[in-house]
Amino acid sequence: MSRIDKVFKKLKENNQKALIPFITAGDPDLDATKRLVIEMEKAGADIIELGVPFSDPIADGPAIQKASYRSLKAGTTLKKIIGLVKELRRTTEIPLVLMTYYNPVFKYGISGFVRDATDAGVDGIIVPDLPPEEGEGIIEEGKRRGLNTIFLLAPTSTKERIKMVASVSTGFIYYVSLTGVTGARESLPETVEASVNKIRKATDKPIAVGFGISTAEQAKRIASFADGVIVGSAIVNVIEKNLGKPDLIEAVSDFVKTLKEGII
Amino acid sequence: MKAQNSKLKTQNLPDEMGHFGIYGGRFAPETLMPALQELTKTYLSAKKDKKFQKELDYHLKEYVGRPTPLFFAERLTKRLGGARIYLKREDLCHTGAHKINNTMGQILIAKKMAKKRIIAETGAGQHGVATAAVSAMFGLECEIYMGSVDMERQAINVFRMKLLGAKVTPVDTGSRTLKDAISEAMRDWTANVKDTHYILGSVLGPHPYPMIVRDFQSIIGKEARQQILKAEKRLPDYLVACVGGGSNAIGLFNAFIKDKKIKMIGVEAGGHGIETGEHAARFAGGSVGILQGTKTYVLQDDDGQIKVTHSISAGLDYSAVGPEHAYYHDNNRTEYTYITDNEALEGFKILSEEEGIIPALESAHAIAYLMKLAPRLPKNKIIIVNLSGRGDKDVHQVAKAMGERL
Repeated sequence: MSRIDKVFKKLKENNQKALIPFITAGDPDLDATKRLVIEMEKAGADIIELGVPFSDPIADGPAIQKASYRSLKAGTTLKKIIGLVKELRRTTEIPLVLMTYYNPVFKYGISGFVRDATDAGVDGIIVPDLPPEEGEGIIEEGKRRGLNTIFLLAPTSTKERIKMVASVSTGFIYYVSLTGVTGARESLPETVEASVNKIRKATDKPIAVGFGISTAEQAKRIASFADGVIVGSAIVNVIEKNLGKPDLIEAVSDFVKTLKEGII
Repeated sequence: MKAQNSKLKTQNLPDEMGHFGIYGGRFAPETLMPALQELTKTYLSAKKDKKFQKELDYHLKEYVGRPTPLFFAERLTKRLGGARIYLKREDLCHTGAHKINNTMGQILIAKKMAKKRIIAETGAGQHGVATAAVSAMFGLECEIYMGSVDMERQAINVFRMKLLGAKVTPVDTGSRTLKDAISEAMRDWTANVKDTHYILGSVLGPHPYPMIVRDFQSIIGKEARQQILKAEKRLPDYLVACVGGGSNAIGLFNAFIKDKKIKMIGVEAGGHGIETGEHAARFAGGSVGILQGTKTYVLQDDDGQIKVTHSISAGLDYSAVGPEHAYYHDNNRTEYTYITDNEALEGFKILSEEEGIIPALESAHAIAYLMKLAPRLPKNKIIIVNLSGRGDKDVHQVAKAMGERL
């Protein structure tokens, strides 16, 4: 059983939902990321997603685009992020998931990446531009070494695709709440609950919902029917607003606390 | 370095999942996957539908102005003193480049899918203008994404698109050129996929785009083949075309790919020279990677970050090459070389002076390579060059490069 499986199992036993914050690793630098991971865990995060910056993030809105740019400018690489995870594993057991576009992983080498990532203590990977049809290599390597390969479903997914994606995804299923790119939204589609219920008919695996969720209220609503709530751009916005300020870490931690209070 | 690949296939490419050997494929967000599947299905049924083909043929003839001539460049042949040179005159297509062969085909597909809105990216502006024109003609809403650097150097095309009723949206992220315009168009499509069709402009992106765009551009080679057989009673020895994404090149090459004696040469943008790192020569300076939906040769660093490219020609200024080119490259069916900015300017001038034809800066790369190739071939050899576009859009930039004040 992976760290991710254990977290969902435990939460389910206690009738709780997972809070999954996302930050871009290396934004504004890797030292800040390290502190953010530790503080977000204290603030109530159950799983943490670390974004791997990429020069051409086609599935991301302005907030994460800018974060990626800041991180790349600071010299962040996939290798360094894996190194950071290794360091973090000395102090924390919180499940860590890398969210990355496919090219940095492909360039690293699939089997070398899966080996180094799992050795360092990475628990899962989400690759928004890699549908299962193209992901055979990483799915197989992941199975062999115990790296969860988390795939996405969207409002546009057909019945056939729901069945297929649900069957190959491990750890959890990432449901994209809206038709669009990442970014905080004032309101979420009414149909999210029905969509999540539709996916439930195809699988027993945990379903986490992301994209657009930016307030404690929205998180609460999503947590009423999903197993996990993913918040990305809204947190990245807090980082951006506090760049260069001494209380950056605290500001993020406070925000994560309010999200957590929303879903309890 | 060439990647491992299977034996050369010249038929039934790509496979069902859009692969050309190890290249191509569909590296797209889940939100777009159903739309890409729908597009594939609609396209394949249209391909077999005689009524659709008839409608496309009608518009290509009456609106685009096909067939385009295959012009024997007599003075240029004499000046270069070697092989006989023919120019496939795609510059004479409506809106000034081969791009409209594809936009016409795709807008008919969009109509079949009952889409109400069209989006596209553009580099040099030629694909944007060709998309705006067909959108206007069919009465569909149209939005074009263009890097702000490109908007500045192709200002005339920006205004043309606006005249044609399109909304031109500047893209200010990344290198602010074609690559970033494609990313932004993909983001728009992700958000509006239900009623919007994305007319991608080259043999790039996730499957089925490289296949669809190739098929619609293949009219170039089909015509050229008939025309050269009529003019010379034989097939050519060489085909030359510039390669950005590579749609005009594939369009010409496709009808000859099985004739293995014919040498095919794709000319990439050498920019300020390979050694400077400021270029867009993916085969000379790139490696295999995944960008914007497809696996192919990409200019990238050791960490898999995409490099910023440079070319005097906005239409060749892109970090990846079409996956089918990558496949033929590895199997040695086609060759790739590059031409620098300065050499391209010489090509621009020579064609203007010798034949009274001002080529697009993109096509000027093919002409500049021709200046190297033709003189070293015997006079009985035949070269066809794809003159993919006209240079009206480039005169300001060329004047600037030549130090002329307008």
